[in-house]
Amino acid sequence: MFVELNNLLNTTPDRAEQGKLTLLCDAKTDGSFLVHHFLSFYLKANCKVCFVALFQSFSHYNIVGQKLGVNLTVARERGQLVFLEGLKSAVDVFFQTQEEPHPLQFLREANAENLKPLFEFVREALKPVDSGEARWTYPVLLVDDLSVLLSLGMGAVAVLDFIHYCRATVCWELKGNMVILVHDSGDVEDEENDILLNGVSHQSHLILRAEGLATGFCRDVHGQLRILWRRPLQPTAQRDQSLTYQYKIQDKSVSFFAKGMSPAVL
Amino acid sequence: RVPIGLTLQALKWRQWQPAAVVRGLLGLQWRQPGKSNVTSFQRRGPRASGTNDSGPRLVSIAGTRPSVRNGQLLVSTGLPALDQLLGGGLAIGTVLLIEEDKYNIYSPLLFKCFLAEGIVSGHTLLVASAKEDPANILQELPAPLLDDNSKKEFDEDVYNHKTPESNIKMKIAWRYQLLPKMEQIGPISSRFGHYYDASKRIPQELIEASNWHGFFLPEKISSTLKVEPCSLTPGYIKLLQFIQNIIYEEGFDGSNPQKKQRNVLRIGIQNLGSPLWGDDICCAENGSNSHSLTKFLYVLRGLLRTSLSACIITMPTHLIQNKAIIARVTNLSDTVIGLESFIGSERETNPLYKDYHGLIHIRQIPRLNNLICDESDVKDLAFKLKRKLFTIERLHLPPDLSDTVSRSSKQDLAESTKRLGPGCGMMAGGKKHLDF
Repeated sequence: MFVELNNLLNTTPDRAEQGKLTLLCDAKTDGSFLVHHFLSFYLKANCKVCFVALFQSFSHYNIVGQKLGVNLTVARERGQLVFLEGLKSAVDVFFQTQEEPHPLQFLREANAENLKPLFEFVREALKPVDSGEARWTYPVLLVDDLSVLLSLGMGAVAVLDFIHYCRATVCWELKGNMVILVHDSGDVEDEENDILLNGVSHQSHLILRAEGLATGFCRDVHGQLRILWRRPLQPTAQRDQSLTYQYKIQDKSVSFFAKGMSPAVL
Repeated sequence: RVPIGLTLQALKWRQWQPAAVVRGLLGLQWRQPGKSNVTSFQRRGPRASGTNDSGPRLVSIAGTRPSVRNGQLLVSTGLPALDQLLGGGLAIGTVLLIEEDKYNIYSPLLFKCFLAEGIVSGHTLLVASAKEDPANILQELPAPLLDDNSKKEFDEDVYNHKTPESNIKMKIAWRYQLLPKMEQIGPISSRFGHYYDASKRIPQELIEASNWHGFFLPEKISSTLKVEPCSLTPGYIKLLQFIQNIIYEEGFDGSNPQKKQRNVLRIGIQNLGSPLWGDDICCAENGSNSHSLTKFLYVLRGLLRTSLSACIITMPTHLIQNKAIIARVTNLSDTVIGLESFIGSERETNPLYKDYHGLIHIRQIPRLNNLICDESDVKDLAFKLKRKLFTIERLHLPPDLSDTVSRSSKQDLAESTKRLGPGCGMMAGGKKHLDF
């Protein structure tokens, strides 16, 4: 959890809003630091987190999480974190036939129609357990990242359906939050990815867009972060609020500053 | 060298014993502590699935070293200059994708340096190709430029291996007679990263002493396929099964308790995505199997992440019709390097590039177990293949030695600098020539 980012977003783990969909998007740079931020944020907020981690292995998130102050292994053992490790599960699904439907079943099929097994997995992971006492505050679904599903053969419409089902369950029914990372292909015309990105942007309440600088690589400023607050279901008479900051990623934190105000320049 | 009164107690202090003696007795892999650059403490990268031994692992694998940034285990790519640009080397468990140059002249050299480095370090190799027989590829590997010390040791080892040690009956430590003799010579050099002579071939003994597996597509594809149809081309399915088989059989993933492997598997896949593999992304824009390659890369990365292996892939990305696939492939690979040779292009005669043979672009470096990665500041890199060595250097403008300050020549140079390779990951969006 990056404290400076919390200040920019005006939230803390204690008083975060519920029922919101946050879209993380990166163009020409790596936006995975935002995923680590939200993972540690929601774990510290004592939420039940379901993490569909398709991009990297568990140990990667664990090691970075430890730098940010959360221990994923402990969280998983306690039942707070349900982790779907995409890379490992893909190997299992691909080489061995599974008896029951696996969340990544579509890898074996030539023309997978929908992501229903994956949705069932998410719903099963986040459904409230009737144990009497409320251990966790609210459920959170974290997906890193959605563009991988397109690379694995799913169509954009199938992925959008999956997001819709998850949103209906997690955000509306269970009053939880969702955080999704989608890559923006930018100049490259990836139609499916553009459809997916536009579709999710229109449904999201908060968009965090990490972009590379237009002038190229810089040692002291790693990129630019655009924050956009939206109200997707209400007619907007006023403009959506938008802020732009530049950032530099360090070993355990990220520092944000206004455009042109990098400490290296001043 | 005759063994003299070795007891178990004495063997604990084996670093005082001549290495060859210990090796011959116990059948151990050659390791010369104290002389190698590899630290004996290895904080094993979490990529390798943990074997169940608790406590500090004091074993170091030859040819690897931990990264200074996060202690991850790195192997050399075979080009020390490239290792430096990638932050020390190639991390175990990751994929290095090389975007081939237009006429496929220089990328095979990088591919072969990677494999040659594996032989010199004593790693196991897995070579997959649809075009050439892996045995032929191995014959063409460049010879390592060993300095005199290690060359002498290698000669000594060969000599010792051939002496009839087996005929000497042990009188005192006779129990050790029953232990199996070691077959391999072991790693030739325990240094990290070697230079290779592109004009000479690797000595035959080195190839024979190494452990390698070959996958030649025309041979493997003739057998019938007994898998469920998924949208991967049969060649890719076969290759994945072959790789998974080797990893499992030889214990690189730590799952087989009988075979505790303390070695690295180097996988090399040549011309992936070319029509010879049965894939049509280089032929048609919207082929029938447009997800085949990306699915293959995903499952391959899953296999690598759970085993002690590193993979190099060369891919003819300049032939891929659908640019979106290139972007997806880049995202699914860990480290991506692009080679751009000047042959046949207008740059061949450009005075700016007269010393070099091509440009090398580091397109992506992974952030593994970390928020940041070791990007080098130098973005304009060029390579040249001198008579022997392949070198990578920072591109610098040649001095302007013209007699008159002619406007046209300066403009040519400015035009060329505008088209210099963009930076890693972040690209200059504007077309305007930024004047600094």
